[in-house]
Amino acid sequence: MTVPLLSVENLCKAYGALRVTDRVTLTVAAGELRAIIGPNGAGKTTLIHQLSGLAAPDSGQVMFDGRDVTALSMPQRARLGLVRSFQITAILPRLSALDNVALAVQARSGSSFRFFRDVSQDAAINTEALALLARFRLDARAASAAGTLSYGEKRQLELAVALATRPKLLLLDEPLAGTSHDEARLVIAALQSLKRDVAIILIEHDMDAVFALADRVSVLVYGAIIASGTPAEIRADPAVRAAYLGEEA
Amino acid sequence: MTHRLKPNGRRVVPLLIFALLALVPAATAIGADAFVLSLVTRIMIFGLAAMALDLLLGYGAMISFGHAAYVGIGAYSVGILSSSGIDDVFVQIAVAFAASGLFALVTGAISLRTKGAYFIMITLAFGQMLFFLASSLAAFGGDDGMTLPSRSLVFGAPILKNTVVLYYAAFICLLGFYALCRAIVASRFGRVLRGIRENLVRMEAIGFAPYPYKLAAYVIAGMIASVAGVLLANQAEFVSPAYAGWQRSAELIFMVVLGGVGSLHGAIIGAALFVLLAEYLSRLTEYWPMIFGPLLILVVIFARGGIAGLLKAWR
Repeated sequence: MTVPLLSVENLCKAYGALRVTDRVTLTVAAGELRAIIGPNGAGKTTLIHQLSGLAAPDSGQVMFDGRDVTALSMPQRARLGLVRSFQITAILPRLSALDNVALAVQARSGSSFRFFRDVSQDAAINTEALALLARFRLDARAASAAGTLSYGEKRQLELAVALATRPKLLLLDEPLAGTSHDEARLVIAALQSLKRDVAIILIEHDMDAVFALADRVSVLVYGAIIASGTPAEIRADPAVRAAYLGEEA
Repeated sequence: MTHRLKPNGRRVVPLLIFALLALVPAATAIGADAFVLSLVTRIMIFGLAAMALDLLLGYGAMISFGHAAYVGIGAYSVGILSSSGIDDVFVQIAVAFAASGLFALVTGAISLRTKGAYFIMITLAFGQMLFFLASSLAAFGGDDGMTLPSRSLVFGAPILKNTVVLYYAAFICLLGFYALCRAIVASRFGRVLRGIRENLVRMEAIGFAPYPYKLAAYVIAGMIASVAGVLLANQAEFVSPAYAGWQRSAELIFMVVLGGVGSLHGAIIGAALFVLLAEYLSRLTEYWPMIFGPLLILVVIFARGGIAGLLKAWR
């Protein structure tokens, strides 16, 4: 068996007496799409924070692409290809949609301690950024300030930005939240086309999307993973039904 | 859609500003009050310092409350060197660059570890530190300041004694650094800086560690402001700790906000309004700051982009 792309060992984090991440152990193979589901407050976003480097775990280890990244900062992890999106839309509102994506391209293409040449005329960066915008049908909005985009467009822009970094593993925190039906279909299609090329950890409440996309599903309850398996296994798991899916039944 | 997007074509206002500034000596030559020349020289000097501050404030969201310190460093570079017989303006500028760059590097490295109100307070503290240092330099006039033996020499020639030459020296500095700042904000570096201003965490998430970019901007802005100090010392033929004081730092912020944050040329407009209003209001009443204060409040409430923002809206 090959070495997994991401392997998380005994990750723990507590806020006071509240254990938000409880001995989480998890491996994700290259190209795998792993969904993490769980009720609200289960600690899904906190887990993403720790995987991406935004928050430090109290104990445990995160190995990514053969290296221990537990002590690395978010920018360092991003440059290695471990890239996240945000649940609450995080864009650069007064920069154009194109600039938002172009900056992510720029981040991995040469030094940004370049002070004189007009970067808006950099054809290589613009071509790549525009292609990504087109993929999410945002190319007509390229010159618009990102803050003026609709909510759904902003969610898509965020995905385009994440892809522009050419990640090996994408951490997506509810990419469908608040999108319209059509926009959701566009995002799901984009994720489907990414599968195999990019490993993805997907946090999502839309169960139809989760079961359609995921290779494997892990269920997080009170900070601990109570089950992992294929979508079919998870659907049939009595503990999961009791803890989570059962609520909806 | 083309890959090469059109650069922002709205460069009319800065063009007008510089055309106007270039013509002021001609106006005084045909009869306008010669005092206007020295007044506009001051406008350009403070415009230069305010523009440097706008690079930090408007493009990097770093509210430095100690930017006058760099004007002070530039002025004292002239004062201290000329009192030791080193009159060459290029040597003085080189020393001003080195001193202000070093001061910005050291204080910036510390200040930029803080955020928000703490950053404002710590830059204020460093600025005041320099103010008190200058006040304690007994050999160089202490808190009374010092009168320069003469203006700086350019290639050994005392041409800056001519007010028109000094005017154009300030003009060239302002124009040159304006062009430099324009290039910087449009460059790879400038786009990263603007990104950090918008959303620091987002920038970290795509792989940028913000600190070195902020520090580099802080050093550049400090060095540019020091040139304003070199010019100010020459214009006043006098150097004073007051150049570096917190009131001056506040005035620079005032100019940037009045003219329009994040536009570069807005800082020049702001400096012009500030210097002109201070000059003419103070002739009307000694309570002129009481007119000044409400004016700034009105600008902040009704014209968030300052004067430059209003001009942009009209076009």
